[in-house]
Amino acid sequence: MQSLTNRAKQVERKPMTFIEKLYLWNILKGMFITFSHIFKKRPTVNYPEKTRPFSPVFRGLHVLNRDEEGRERCTACGLCALACPAEAITMEAAERKIGEENLYREEKYAARYEINMLRCIFCGLCEEACPKDAVYLSETPAPSNFTRESFIYKKEDLLIPDPKTETEELKKAKGLN
Amino acid sequence: MSEQAHLVKVTIDNITIEVPAGTTILNAARIVGGDVTPPAMCYYSKLEGSGGKCRTCLVEVSKGSEKDPRPMPKLVASCRTTVMDGMEVKNITSEKVIDARNGVVEMLLINHPLDCPVCDQAGECDLQDLSYGHGNSADSRYEFPRRTFERHDLGPYIQLHMTRCILCYRCVYTADQLTQSREHGVLDRGDHAQIATYIEKSLENDFIGNVIDVCPVGALTDRTFRFKNRVWFLKPMNAHRDCPKCSGKVTLWNRGDEVYRVTARKNEWGEIENDENGKTAWICNECRFEKKKTSDWVIEGPREISRKSVISANHYLKVEEPQNVLPEVMGGRNPKLLMDIHDVSDVNKPNIHLSEIQGPSTSQTFEDNSNINPQ
Repeated sequence: MQSLTNRAKQVERKPMTFIEKLYLWNILKGMFITFSHIFKKRPTVNYPEKTRPFSPVFRGLHVLNRDEEGRERCTACGLCALACPAEAITMEAAERKIGEENLYREEKYAARYEINMLRCIFCGLCEEACPKDAVYLSETPAPSNFTRESFIYKKEDLLIPDPKTETEELKKAKGLN
Repeated sequence: MSEQAHLVKVTIDNITIEVPAGTTILNAARIVGGDVTPPAMCYYSKLEGSGGKCRTCLVEVSKGSEKDPRPMPKLVASCRTTVMDGMEVKNITSEKVIDARNGVVEMLLINHPLDCPVCDQAGECDLQDLSYGHGNSADSRYEFPRRTFERHDLGPYIQLHMTRCILCYRCVYTADQLTQSREHGVLDRGDHAQIATYIEKSLENDFIGNVIDVCPVGALTDRTFRFKNRVWFLKPMNAHRDCPKCSGKVTLWNRGDEVYRVTARKNEWGEIENDENGKTAWICNECRFEKKKTSDWVIEGPREISRKSVISANHYLKVEEPQNVLPEVMGGRNPKLLMDIHDVSDVNKPNIHLSEIQGPSTSQTFEDNSNINPQ
């Protein structure tokens, strides 16, 4: 039969000599490769004590942004839910009442906002669709869990700490201290 | 009017058609259809006297008529100019027209707040489509603060956002021509001109809800639908009911079984369709605002939406669901449900009907769920 490539080797089937039967030389050869790795740079890191640096375009868990005054930016326009290919985002909107101007930036806001992380594929299309700079994908990778319920992220889980009243928490969330 | 049946030849963007004398260029272009038709923000064929205000339908007349072949010196508003025999009109083939229309769009957007993420009209807004097609850039050259108005209530059903208004006068003609008493009009002039009710009268006419449908922007929106949902998440369905006041032929905007909004049926030009008698199928306030249950309506089927529209996104006609073979394979058992999303999620609770509350939901609605659910 004609071979497909010219790289095929003829198999040698002659019996092994006594020295070869001892395997000593082959074991030494193998051990040399093994011990030579002691002197090489380690390719692994001790997670979770050490973490690898993330790429600047890494897309992790979502956050819902606030403006400088601590008001929620999201106005429940539904563009993130429309753009979402996995249909992970759902929301319900409400009208801002008089006296709530310090809580919500626009006249309409998201009373309920949920991201189903079981469905989310972290494509970042919601971030691109958002006209109000409200939803961002952070550098935190999605944590694992034993229950499915814990993967439904509600508005309270997604909102960043208030930059006016919770400055310490915000610093911590940004990883500054 | 013996010349009514007399046909004249008109060439629009090199397409020649014959139309009755007295037809406007815009209506002749609508017979041709497609991209040739100039956009119209203020002209509404069902309303007498509308048109001539927004200037988006400007066209170039390169040959006046067979008898007088001189071109018209300026661009003309096609909704107000009637055709002449042998007239040659340039719309999208004329650079002058495209340039002028871009200018008109910039002019219309000078005072527009561009709050589309908040606005309920987004997704079916004529101004949104127009500025998408003709807006030159995302930046405005206008450096002054945009005009603002004090909030003015137009009764319990209609929400007015005067900042979004482009003063097309469609709603004024509607209120004038459909209702007996005129309570609604444009007050003041120039930059201060605003749609309002005269002397704080709320609009309590049976057909006043139609001003919502004729509004090309989000200035007049349905208060019973306010902030409830986005139009592109709703499914438009043709439906009718026996109404003693109006034709009862409407489009229901459903989500699941809930009726979120009722509007009149609109044709491809965004105008309300005719009923079988050839009359415009205006709908009454009762049909529009008060019949928010599926049981009130006879549903005819899904409404066809242009594929270009965002409303058609994620809507499928004739869905063929694959046969569920799991019970067969698993000896009659259904697969175990690991999580029911309604147990965890706060959104779209099956016992909460947002569509049944009057007006927009507020923080109070979500605090106290008994308000939402009347049962």
